Amino acid sequence: MPEFLSEYLPIAIFIAIAFGLSAAFVASAFIFGNQRPDDEKMAAYECGFDAFEDSRRQFDVRFYLVAILFIIFDLEVAFLFPWAVSLGGIGLFGFWSMMVFLAVLTIGFIYEWKKGALEWE
Amino acid sequence: MIEALFFYLFAGIMLASGLMVVVSRNPVYSVLFLILAFFNAAGLFVLIGAEFLAMLLVVVYVGAVAVLFLFVVMMLDINFSEMRAGFQKYLPLGLIVGGILVFELVAAMYGDVFKGATLPEAMDISNTRALGNVIYTKYMYLFQVAGLILLVAMIGAISLTMRKREGVRRQSVAAQNLRSRAETVEVVSVPSGSSPENLSTAAVKSTKTTSRNGGNT
Repeated sequence: MPEFLSEYLPIAIFIAIAFGLSAAFVASAFIFGNQRPDDEKMAAYECGFDAFEDSRRQFDVRFYLVAILFIIFDLEVAFLFPWAVSLGGIGLFGFWSMMVFLAVLTIGFIYEWKKGALEWE
Repeated sequence: MIEALFFYLFAGIMLASGLMVVVSRNPVYSVLFLILAFFNAAGLFVLIGAEFLAMLLVVVYVGAVAVLFLFVVMMLDINFSEMRAGFQKYLPLGLIVGGILVFELVAAMYGDVFKGATLPEAMDISNTRALGNVIYTKYMYLFQVAGLILLVAMIGAISLTMRKREGVRRQSVAAQNLRSRAETVEVVSVPSGSSPENLSTAAVKSTKTTSRNGGNT
């Protein structure tokens, strides 16, 4: 086994414990709990009154816009990580390369700010 | 030994969840299985020492792209029974696309197309540093093109989905703070014994000023 993999052992143990614990909770609730379902209990709960409509319906495209803008800046941050790690080796050229990249995306950021895409209304 | 165990664990769960993406009836469940497949692919990346790609898979694909898939699935008005109906019709097309993908994978694994092109420089530096050493200098133009593509995506998404709504009530903090006492509060002297109807003009006037300068404009 390569040396670096042993550094991930705590993460593997953590995930295993999390899985085991949550599975134990769900399984014990399933095994030991009383289960007498009826129509009213299984219905979707909507704050005391009967559900107005099916919950599976279209919703506003503005959520999509927010998610897309989030992804773009997420990717920008992802590009920053290797740059920060190897900044010492790539010199001034690498530094300004990233600055141009950031400037291009800042143009887009100013555009979306001025356009009002970040406001929810 | 343990490494092989983890490999088969990740690969097995990934294949199973990939199968569930295709066969599960509810598209929302499909997307959730897709997220599980992404997580296991990240585990496989960690096993071969590509820790940056693994974290990228979790951050970008699980965090953002899967959310987008969920949005798309929920935004489309999905009729579940209708979606299942076309299975026979789409099966040949799906088989062709899958066959092309398998052919490409085999060609990449056994052919010599990618020989030497994607080999890491050396194993004694980390994956993140190996990427960082070349992206910003050797592949500078591709990097800038990636930035331009992100810019185009941003502007495209805004111009496609952005629309101004009429009649939206919005809080204007500056307008609220700029209100003075003189334009909102009015002292009306009421003669004793007069009926409330006589006051209505003053009351109406004061509510009008309040709503014009006040919170919701």
